[in-house]
Amino acid sequence: MVCENCGSADAVMHLTQIVDNEMRSLHLCEKCAAEKGVEGTSVPENFPLTDFLAQMGKEGSSGTAVQRAGSCSFCGLTFKEFREVGRLGCPHCWTSFEGHLRSLVRRIHGSSQHVGKVYLSPDPSVSEREKRLEGLRRKLKRAVEMEDFERAAELRDEIRDMEPVT
Amino acid sequence: MTAEEPTPYPFPDSDHPGMGWLDASGEHAEIVLSTRVRLARNLQGHPFGPRAGDENRLAVLERVQSALSRVSSLAGAQVTQVGTLEPRTRRLLLERRLASRELVGENGRTPGKGTALIIGPDRSLSVMVNEEDHLRLQTLFSGLRIHEAWNILDTADEELGQQIPYAFHPEFGFLTSCPTNVGSGLRASVLLHLPALVLTKEIGKVLQGLTQVGLTFRGLYGEGSEVVGNFFQLSNQTTLGKSEEDLVDHLDRIVRQVIQYETQARKVLLRDAASVTEDKIWRAYGLLRYARSLSFEELMNLLSGVRLGAALKLLPGLRVYPLNKIMIFTQPAHLEEAAGRELSPSESDAHRAAYVRRILASEGVVSPDNGSSEGSSSPDATG
Repeated sequence: MVCENCGSADAVMHLTQIVDNEMRSLHLCEKCAAEKGVEGTSVPENFPLTDFLAQMGKEGSSGTAVQRAGSCSFCGLTFKEFREVGRLGCPHCWTSFEGHLRSLVRRIHGSSQHVGKVYLSPDPSVSEREKRLEGLRRKLKRAVEMEDFERAAELRDEIRDMEPVT
Repeated sequence: MTAEEPTPYPFPDSDHPGMGWLDASGEHAEIVLSTRVRLARNLQGHPFGPRAGDENRLAVLERVQSALSRVSSLAGAQVTQVGTLEPRTRRLLLERRLASRELVGENGRTPGKGTALIIGPDRSLSVMVNEEDHLRLQTLFSGLRIHEAWNILDTADEELGQQIPYAFHPEFGFLTSCPTNVGSGLRASVLLHLPALVLTKEIGKVLQGLTQVGLTFRGLYGEGSEVVGNFFQLSNQTTLGKSEEDLVDHLDRIVRQVIQYETQARKVLLRDAASVTEDKIWRAYGLLRYARSLSFEELMNLLSGVRLGAALKLLPGLRVYPLNKIMIFTQPAHLEEAAGRELSPSESDAHRAAYVRRILASEGVVSPDNGSSEGSSSPDATG
């Protein structure tokens, strides 16, 4: 769909407006939308991940780096394929392409370090348990702050179950 | 063409799990249609949806199914393999916002084996299996209930994660097929009706502000969909680097601010443009009440005015719930389901208008005033 204002660029902003008591839809390109004050997202809503990824390969020597990145040892997806479709093939791809993905997620999210829930697999290690407890205590504190005492009681029980018996 | 009144609508609420979010019972239901929170999760040792063959997809479904009985909010859940459904039934799920386009198969394509929708017995929790990610757990509630939606989802996720091993990385968090979802895998979104901000031309500024605080907006049907009927879906843009609670708190805080702006804009409309606003609302009501043919887009635009009228009590006695129902049940697949056959676009428009007339008539509402108020802002003159 082309922009209704300039008629040349692709419309990326779709807005329902009321003009002279009539509802109408406006389809604008980014530039015209900005001129009309209906600026979109700085990262547009349809985040063109694949364009962004294609761009990555063109910067500096990363073209060869992409070739070196090779393919995932579990599912066989190549980094080139990932760049084209924007979807990884399996969980192991995150390890196979760790370096590339780290810089990518930093650009998308502003960080590559997960700080949310710590997952405890059905058979956890000691350090996993510690991290997990930390997360639960943080949640408990928040539940108390929000005066959600029912939730706090559940979390307290969960923490008690996990802590080593002294 | 003779005006055809379709047979009574075959969608009693009790037959339709997962539709509780329509009932307008939640906080700020006059502005917030629904709250949705979803988590993307994947299982270790299986390729992601698009690259998984039938064997892997079925294995994923089997593992999830065998774990359901040990997850309190999913015990006794209804499991539907989407590929076994008729195309129209699949579109019904999409129109009810219970399934994504990808899950039901885009452009009528039959979804692969093992693609499933699991709906929990309490009906607000559901799981899409073998979509882009192995699992998409989601809660959908009426009105603004972000924290409640998150807490229920969190508990279900904890329990399920103890039964089936999730793919988790100490640095990247919960691993997903698309890097835009990695980390918490959490997307919380709130569907807001913001007609007054659109009418007062403040919406551009508000949306611009949202993007500056890390939120994004979409249309009614999520990613890539247009804004229709002044419905805006607000959600967090990033999923990594903030805790789930921070993401949820942040969205809740910002949405409350947007609700305040909308409420203020509604007051401005009533103060500065009472007669125009009132006229617009009654015209919209009149068209919906009596029209013989309505396209879905026209309906949504008129419904926006009527919804505003109901919220402002300018249409006395009109409740929000039937308006929510109209939005869902007048979509093409729902009309065809009611008619029991395929409908041409013009038939569809006629059936749609008939359904709207019937719902509005059964609401009884709205006693038009006696015309003595001469455009005053008092709609409730005794007739």
